[in-house]
Parts: sequence; C-alpha cells; structure tokens
Amino acid sequence: MIPETMQLLPPAVIVLGGIGFAMGAMLVWAAKQFYVETNPLVDALLELMPGANCGACGFAGCAECAEHIVAGDVAPDVCTSCDAETFAMIGELLGMEIAAKEPQYPVVLCQGGVNCKDRYDYIGAQTCKAAILLAGTKKACAYGCIGLGDCVRACQFDAIEIAENGLPKIKKYNCKGCGSCVRACPQQVLTLAKEHGPVYVVCSSHDKGKYVKEVCEFGCIGCGICKKNCPEGAIKLDKALAVIDQERCTRCGTCVEVCPRNAIVKL
Amino acid sequence: MIETPGYLPTEALFPIVVDAMFTKNFLLVMFLGLCSYVGLTTSSETSKGMSMAVTFVMTMSAILTWPIFYYLLKPNKLMFLQTICFILVIASFVQLVEFIIHRYSPALYRSLGIYLPLISTNCAVLGVVLLNVKEDFTYGASIVYAFSAGLGYSWVMLATAAIREKLIMRGVDRFSGFIGAFFAAMMMALIVVSYFGVVKL
Repeated sequence: MIPETMQLLPPAVIVLGGIGFAMGAMLVWAAKQFYVETNPLVDALLELMPGANCGACGFAGCAECAEHIVAGDVAPDVCTSCDAETFAMIGELLGMEIAAKEPQYPVVLCQGGVNCKDRYDYIGAQTCKAAILLAGTKKACAYGCIGLGDCVRACQFDAIEIAENGLPKIKKYNCKGCGSCVRACPQQVLTLAKEHGPVYVVCSSHDKGKYVKEVCEFGCIGCGICKKNCPEGAIKLDKALAVIDQERCTRCGTCVEVCPRNAIVKL
Repeated sequence: MIETPGYLPTEALFPIVVDAMFTKNFLLVMFLGLCSYVGLTTSSETSKGMSMAVTFVMTMSAILTWPIFYYLLKPNKLMFLQTICFILVIASFVQLVEFIIHRYSPALYRSLGIYLPLISTNCAVLGVVLLNVKEDFTYGASIVYAFSAGLGYSWVMLATAAIREKLIMRGVDRFSGFIGAFFAAMMMALIVVSYFGVVKL
C-alpha cells in the first residue's frame, strides 16, 4: 500500500516539470528573438574611456558611445573628454590613427555677478533652477548669471567654480570641454569656445541700453559702435545685444578697443 | 468536471479597482515590494520604467497563474505547490521583460540595473497572484485586480519620485538618500491611509 502523500508525487513531478519545461521553451525562443550582440571590443574600449557619462558625444553614456564607435557609426573623436594619451590607446586598440582635436572650453557670457544689482535677497534653495522658479531671477538682469552654481554641480571634472565676483570661473587645466555645464545652465550664459583667442561679447542681456546701464557695470547696451568699426562686418545687433559671427571674425580686436562698456573681450 | 470560480467576473469590479489602487495599495498599505520602492524612486525616469515592467509582469502572471492553479494544481490536489509554481512563472516573465528591455531600451536597462531581476523576487507580484487565489476571484476579476495593483504601484512610485526629485533639487543633503525616501514614503502613506481610509467599500 502506497501512502497517500506518495501518490501525489507523480502528478507533482509532471505538473512542475511541465510548467518548467514550457517556461524554459518560451525563454529559449525569447532569447533568440531578442538577442543582443555584445562585442568584447566594446568592453575593452569602455575601460579606456573617461566614464563620466557627460553626454557631450550625443549618446546616453560612455557605454552607448563605445558601442557606436566599435560599430563604426561615429569616429572615436566624438569624445571631447578623452585626452591625447587616451586617444592614442584607443587608436591602438581599434587599429586606427586619431587626429588630435582642437580643445574647447566654456566661456561665461556675463560679467554681472557682484557688478549687477540684485532685485531682492534670495534665501531659498541654493540652485539656479530653483531661484528662477521664484519670480524670475534674483538679479536685476533677467538674462545674466545667477551664480548659484548649477554649472559647478554639473561638472564631472571639478573644472568650474564660483569665484569671488559671483561668476563661474573655468579652471582650464581640468576642463575637458564636454559641455555639461553649458547644458546645465538655465540662463544659457555659457557657451563652448575654441582655444585660440576668440573674441566674445561677454553679455547676454537683450534689455534696452538705458536699463542695462542702470543695473550692470559692464553690460552691452546695444550702441552698435563695434558693428560700425568691425572691418569684417562680422558683428550684428540682435535686440540691443551685439553678437559676433565666429566664422567671419578674424580676431583683430578692433571691437575690444572701441567698446565703451568693456563688454567685448578677447579671450 | 473541474470546478473554477468562472471566467467572466461576477464581482463588482469598481471596488476591486479602488481597493488595489488606493485603499489596499500594495506599497503603502500592504508594504509589499518596498525594495524597488526605496531603491528606484530617485528619478522619475527609472521609476517610470520600473512601474511599466512591474505592471506588465503582474498582469501577465495573473493571466497565466489562474489557469495553472485551477486546471493543474487544484484537480491534482497539489495546492501546496502554488508558491513555487507561481514563482516559476513570474521569474520566467521577468526574464522575458529583461530580454525585451535590453533589446529595445539599453539606457533603461542600465538604469534599472539589479532591480530588474529583483522583480522576480518582488513580493508585490507574488502577492497579487496569491491574493487572486485566496479571494476566489474569477478569471476576469483576477486580471483586473492584477492590472489595478500594477497601476497602484505605478502611481505611488511616480508620486514619490516626484517628491524625492524635488527634495534632491532643493539640495538638502539629509534628504537626498534613504532618509528622504522614508520621509517621502511617510507623507505618501499618511495621504493614502487618512484620505482613502474614510471611504468604506
């Protein structure tokens, strides 16, 4: 006589085994259907890359960028954060020459900071994004740098800090030119510049000249003297703000000299 | 003849939906699935992905486990195997979801990380299918219950992620980690219990 509990054994084995087999079969099918190829080269490349996931290459992170580089969709020099040494190692790994790229670094298009008047004392969360949520910005200039350091927190390389004048200061020796700070700035006063002595109007204000003169010591008032004096015709006025066309600018420095507000700087 | 509670729902569906989503919310009232709740509510993006994955797995496992219980386990007097059978089904489905996400959204796959395989041991999912059986739900009602439980999980995840994102943006260091998570969870639980606690269904 078989005990009753033993009689349950065959159906238990059959049922559980059957379910397990069915599920296993489904997973085998799914594994084929949704197969993702992984290349050992991608992992090797990922080891060499900076791993900051700054996103300057336009991909979601270093891992995705490495996949695209190995697949040949993009050249390895999309990475702005790798230095020459790293590029040499990557080139060796992939068996190709990588030309060094002209380095970029961010420029602060604002000279406000402590030189720009405050509208009110702000004592909220110390981030630029939070400060904007409260009645615009605390600065009298609606376009200028707020100086609460969203860019500093966005930087993966400790290359930017808020200096004593209340403006971000770029530490060039740390900067990799990834542009994380440019994307993080809610006021868009940061832009990426090429290394060799570009000329920039370091003001972002589109306010009328009289108002700018009132609130800020250095702001562009849109007088147009630079435009008249530029030998290349590379400067135009956009709503009371001089803008330099970097393609046509020859970096002669005429505008830097004639600007009555010292709002144009040769970097 | 195999006896089942029947296919078409004979229960009133509205109380089932409200129960699963609010009054007996899986995260805040029943305290199921808290691992992913604390771990993944740091950003809306990841909690959105996790919510979708959990809702999918819950619904699919409810669809599969009901026939397995009533047509395979119960007639053979194998009810003691229900936990392991259900876990088997859930684990396979989690694996399937993992394949799908890895194929179609590598970024989400990376941000979910370890929590994706952990759905298979997520007690909320197992809780749904076990409750379906315990409450003698019909087939239709069990699917509705599982789906609304998923929705209940989702809205709590998203709301908490919103609160935590705000706390993190405020830059209060003490609130950016697990303390912030528990603080947000406390506020959410107070809201759910005191607001929906007065509704008698």
